[in-house]
Amino acid sequence: MGQLSVNPDRHTVTPAAILPLVVHDLCYEIGGKHLLDGISFRTDAGPRTVVLGPNGAGKSLLLRLCHGLLQPSAGTIAWAGTAPETARRCQAMVFQRPVLLRRSTAANITYVLRLQGIPRRQRRAMTMAALEQAGLLPLAAQPARVLSGGEQQRLALTRAWALKPQVLFLDEPTASLDPAATQAVEALLDHIHRTDTKIIMTTHDLGQARRLADEVLFLHHGRLLEHAPATAFFSHPQSKEATAFLEGKLLW
Amino acid sequence: MDDFRAAFFTALGLLIGLDRDLVAIVRLSLAVSLSAVGLATVLGLPLGAAVAVWRFPGQALVRVLLNALMGLPPVVVGLVVYLLLSRAGPLGTLGLLFTPTAMVIAQCLLVTPIIAAFTRQTVTDLHEEYAEQLRSLGVGAWRTLWTLLWDGRFSLLTGILAGFGRASAEVGAVLIVGGNIHRVTRVVTTTIALETGKGNLPLALALGMILMLLVLAVNATAMVIQDTAKRVHG
Repeated sequence: MGQLSVNPDRHTVTPAAILPLVVHDLCYEIGGKHLLDGISFRTDAGPRTVVLGPNGAGKSLLLRLCHGLLQPSAGTIAWAGTAPETARRCQAMVFQRPVLLRRSTAANITYVLRLQGIPRRQRRAMTMAALEQAGLLPLAAQPARVLSGGEQQRLALTRAWALKPQVLFLDEPTASLDPAATQAVEALLDHIHRTDTKIIMTTHDLGQARRLADEVLFLHHGRLLEHAPATAFFSHPQSKEATAFLEGKLLW
Repeated sequence: MDDFRAAFFTALGLLIGLDRDLVAIVRLSLAVSLSAVGLATVLGLPLGAAVAVWRFPGQALVRVLLNALMGLPPVVVGLVVYLLLSRAGPLGTLGLLFTPTAMVIAQCLLVTPIIAAFTRQTVTDLHEEYAEQLRSLGVGAWRTLWTLLWDGRFSLLTGILAGFGRASAEVGAVLIVGGNIHRVTRVVTTTIALETGKGNLPLALALGMILMLLVLAVNATAMVIQDTAKRVHG
């Protein structure tokens, strides 16, 4: 089992690159309420993008729109000219509360491998390799639903990664985890980042943003107030809202 | 109370003696009801799941219909199937009236709405939780249906058991389409009706006890399977 490296043939079939992602004048409204308003940005392959902002800023919404789970009210989301449906097949998303299938830990991985049309005889070895990477191998036969919160999120992450996405969206992946579990998830994210998967994630945990971000999108009340490299954002925030947020004063 | 005591000993006697007629009746009851439930499961699971997940015109109507059909009176179903299968009916040439097959068809019609309605509820709840994740994974419409049915399989068993309870307990439909013919279409419930009519109350009650034992046994078996599978697969 152990002799197989994870993702051995990541680049054997290279689908067209879907990055950069260019979002132009994106709006999303429900019942006259502008939940997102006039968002424009461009992000390239490589840097980890962290969407920061207080609760209700529209962070999760932005991720869902980019991933194609929701349709924008106005504006465009362009994936290097790729059609939205094609582009989504090159993306994966991990939700705040992991949605695991009511099956064994291993079966959660084989399920997505099967979706990708990977032959049955290869699925098992690939599943075991992926679980080993995530430190979940001893739990392979356990029902996924009885795993701890941290293990469940690691499994959700491993499953998303098994899709070999070019872009991985994460919506508050560690919001309900304890520090140790958070650390384990971040370690896994680090590994995924180093395999050239673009990470776009939301968080309201400033510490996590400092640890993980290469660039920051700062949202407030549905507007994009800042888009800057992480070092610049954390040392010299431009807007007064971002300054307040970094000082822990801006809550809503 | 004497009736109950007499019934108890009659039942015991029938069971210990393995009365040949009794064995045949019980076997036919089981065969008819299990076939009907098997068929209804094959029809009801996809139907219920489709109504739960897919959006199509008239969906609300189908939903109401399914729920209403759960309360279908067995005699009415029996009558409709009787008319369809009778010599003069549209399916009369098949010669199915007064055969066990006719009884399976009638019970299947009774049970399918129960299984479908139960499936719809279970799958709706599950879909609420899974929908976003499955869309994110790019799972197609058919596979979504299958995934939800498979992941809801332990809950769905309860609906199937409810269906079996209904099938094995009803008398109106099988009486009309089966005719309660000795050694051909006589099942436990029709025998109970017959013996009660003849005034043979202890025997009727004894058969009632045996029927309840039967339903209990089927449910217990299903529960054991469910619990074991749940422990292993989550």
